[in-house]
Amino acid sequence: MKKKGVGVAVYCHPTGAKGGGDPSQALARLKLDGTVDVLIGAVDIGQGSNTVMRQIAAETLDVPLENITVSLPDTDSGPLTMGTGASRVTFMDGNAVIAAAEDLKRQIREWSSERFEVAPDDLEVRDNKVFVKGNPKASMTLAEVGSEMNTTGWFPMGKGTYCPPKEAFDPETGHMTAIAAIAYAACVAEVEVDTGTGVIEVKKLSQAYEIGTPLNPLLIKAQIDGGTMQGLGFALSEDLGPHYPSLKFAPSNFMDYLIPTTADVPEMSSTTVLLPSRGGGPFGAKGFSEMTSFPPISAIIGAIHDAIGVWIYDYPATPERILRALEAAVQPEA
Amino acid sequence: MAHPERQELRKPETAIDVASEPPHKYVTKPVPRHDGIAQVTGGSAYIDDLRLPGMLTVKVLRASVSKGNLLSVDVSRAQRLRGVAAVITAKDVPGGRYGLSGDQPVLADREIRFKGEIIAAVAAVDLDTALEAVSQISCEVEELPAVFDPEEAMKPEAPLVRPEGNIYMFDSGPCRKIRLGDIEKGFAEADHIVEGTYTTPMQEQSPMETSCSLALIENGDQLVIRSISQSPYLHLRQLSNVLKLPLNKIRMVGGNTGGAFGARWEIHSDHVAALLALKTRKPVKWRWTREEETLYSTHRARWKFYFKDGVKKDGRIVARYVRTLYDAGAYTGMAPYCVEKNAMMVAGPFNIPNVSIDGYCVFTNRTPSGAMRGFGVMAGQVCEEIQMSRIAETIGMGPWEIRFLNVWREGDMTATGKVVDNVAAIECMQAAARLAGIELPERLKAMSSRERRA
Repeated sequence: MKKKGVGVAVYCHPTGAKGGGDPSQALARLKLDGTVDVLIGAVDIGQGSNTVMRQIAAETLDVPLENITVSLPDTDSGPLTMGTGASRVTFMDGNAVIAAAEDLKRQIREWSSERFEVAPDDLEVRDNKVFVKGNPKASMTLAEVGSEMNTTGWFPMGKGTYCPPKEAFDPETGHMTAIAAIAYAACVAEVEVDTGTGVIEVKKLSQAYEIGTPLNPLLIKAQIDGGTMQGLGFALSEDLGPHYPSLKFAPSNFMDYLIPTTADVPEMSSTTVLLPSRGGGPFGAKGFSEMTSFPPISAIIGAIHDAIGVWIYDYPATPERILRALEAAVQPEA
Repeated sequence: MAHPERQELRKPETAIDVASEPPHKYVTKPVPRHDGIAQVTGGSAYIDDLRLPGMLTVKVLRASVSKGNLLSVDVSRAQRLRGVAAVITAKDVPGGRYGLSGDQPVLADREIRFKGEIIAAVAAVDLDTALEAVSQISCEVEELPAVFDPEEAMKPEAPLVRPEGNIYMFDSGPCRKIRLGDIEKGFAEADHIVEGTYTTPMQEQSPMETSCSLALIENGDQLVIRSISQSPYLHLRQLSNVLKLPLNKIRMVGGNTGGAFGARWEIHSDHVAALLALKTRKPVKWRWTREEETLYSTHRARWKFYFKDGVKKDGRIVARYVRTLYDAGAYTGMAPYCVEKNAMMVAGPFNIPNVSIDGYCVFTNRTPSGAMRGFGVMAGQVCEEIQMSRIAETIGMGPWEIRFLNVWREGDMTATGKVVDNVAAIECMQAAARLAGIELPERLKAMSSRERRA
């Protein structure tokens, strides 16, 4: 018999490393033709962080997106970062990129102040130009600035760093407040359980995320969709130790270790929630990528209970575990 | 089988007038990845696609037992094979150990702590030669009793995974302690006690690309590693310790990965490729097989959680105790970090006045655990959320009500004493309900993270 159920879960996820003290550095260099190299230490591991860094640099410098290149990491020439993890890159490296771009703008204003014979504060870098405030005709393009600045004894290279304060746990109370920002999420799962086979079909997942200012809706949706499928695997099929703690039968390939495929994708809808106050990340963003794999799991387990009235305590909730739980519910152990 | 409909990008659900936001030109816009198409169509060159003249390939000998003494390794026959450029063992490692905690040997030295630990590595002109050479290495191992279950490993009579003992010692003792309020007072005030024990799976990150490194000597005496590391700088330091080279004699170049999800947060192939490149002065590439990746790379650890919650009749949670058990496997790596991050967040986004958490990190003779997407936070909150639904069932409340009642409002506090701001849990639940077409009671729809009503 197929039975339907609905479950809900709510989550919070911290941005950045536990205990803070994880640095991110960035450089922004104006080249001879006015294009800009942004150098960071973080690796884009598929989430699209280099695209977000381009957006952040282009927004801060107010130059076209195509004028920004984010270089791939190189420990010789590139700046330092703790790395890509803990949902920290958009937040920490993004803040460092803003600082580097602001520093570059300051250098451009300083150099231009001699040219226009005004104070640096009377100049503005905007729309791919530097110009005297209130007198847009007194301007130079960034291509002209890049060409002249680099050949008149200047090195237009902005640098920026972001490093949240470091804090250790109190050994007795565990008191520790170094959390850069916290993102939120909720998920509603609808499942169908086959009580004969124990097979669970996730019919629909509805998710909402509050991640501060959403910097790139396309990549956010991609993160939610991809993370959700990793969560689905955790909830229903993936386990390196099916007969834990025995090492026998440990899966070693994708025939034995079952990750969800496109055939397992349920109907998914997701949205972001925007509130008046934001986190301390770039333009009010919070980190969130990791958390996209959590919300479906508990919502699915809750939906299974709603459908068949039994709780599963060991995950993944494989057909075997479903059938055993159903059996135990009918015939309680003596 | 469900087939997803193509879904439009939704505008954010908003509690504010978006028009009042500063106008953005580039951020908040759906900018496609500039490298996306190339990454998924084979246009990007991954490390395994790179070929250099004279490049050598690597195969390794792995331990076939989970615990043992490595009495001897004989590589002389393997070394004499035509086409073999180098065979290395522990004595060829000039420096120390690697890992975030610096306790894992690159090549097993005297003792074996998990099945699959690397004993020797071969660099040869081709794969067949490398495999033949590995088969010619002989080693003598005295097998010892191993332990695979963290509960077993915690017992005093358990075989020792490492001489220091099977339980990691924090500065707070054998567990990371979080203490807020008075847990016993909280339980005494409660009308119901709800307990639950949960276990979570070991999850493999399953990146499309298996571990791969290309190491070579360039620029005179500089070691260059083409790496898929998620954290080149963190790994640079570890490699500097292993290779006994200053940071500026190692250059890590990366940035093009075929997936990571935490699998590239620990070094898997860079160290061995580097040692062989330094020894042979030739380019050395090592790509793991899927079997190696699945069995011997780090993975999300198995956790066990025991929850005990004290709840009032009206649904308010007044006390929460959590005991967590983390299976670190055979080496430390990120294990204590995981346990601590878990302890920070395992009580969930709820306003609970009395919280007590004991986070244990236990060693077993398994492949070392490591990072995976949200590690630490994920498994704990997954079980905490299932516990929440069970609490609701126990006291006859709905799963929505129990969460709306207890969830953080602006200015509430985490179990570690952090006052939270920009809270949005209620708004997320309201939005998720709307998406699912669930009509929440007016009372819940009217709630906000900005205020707590009685």
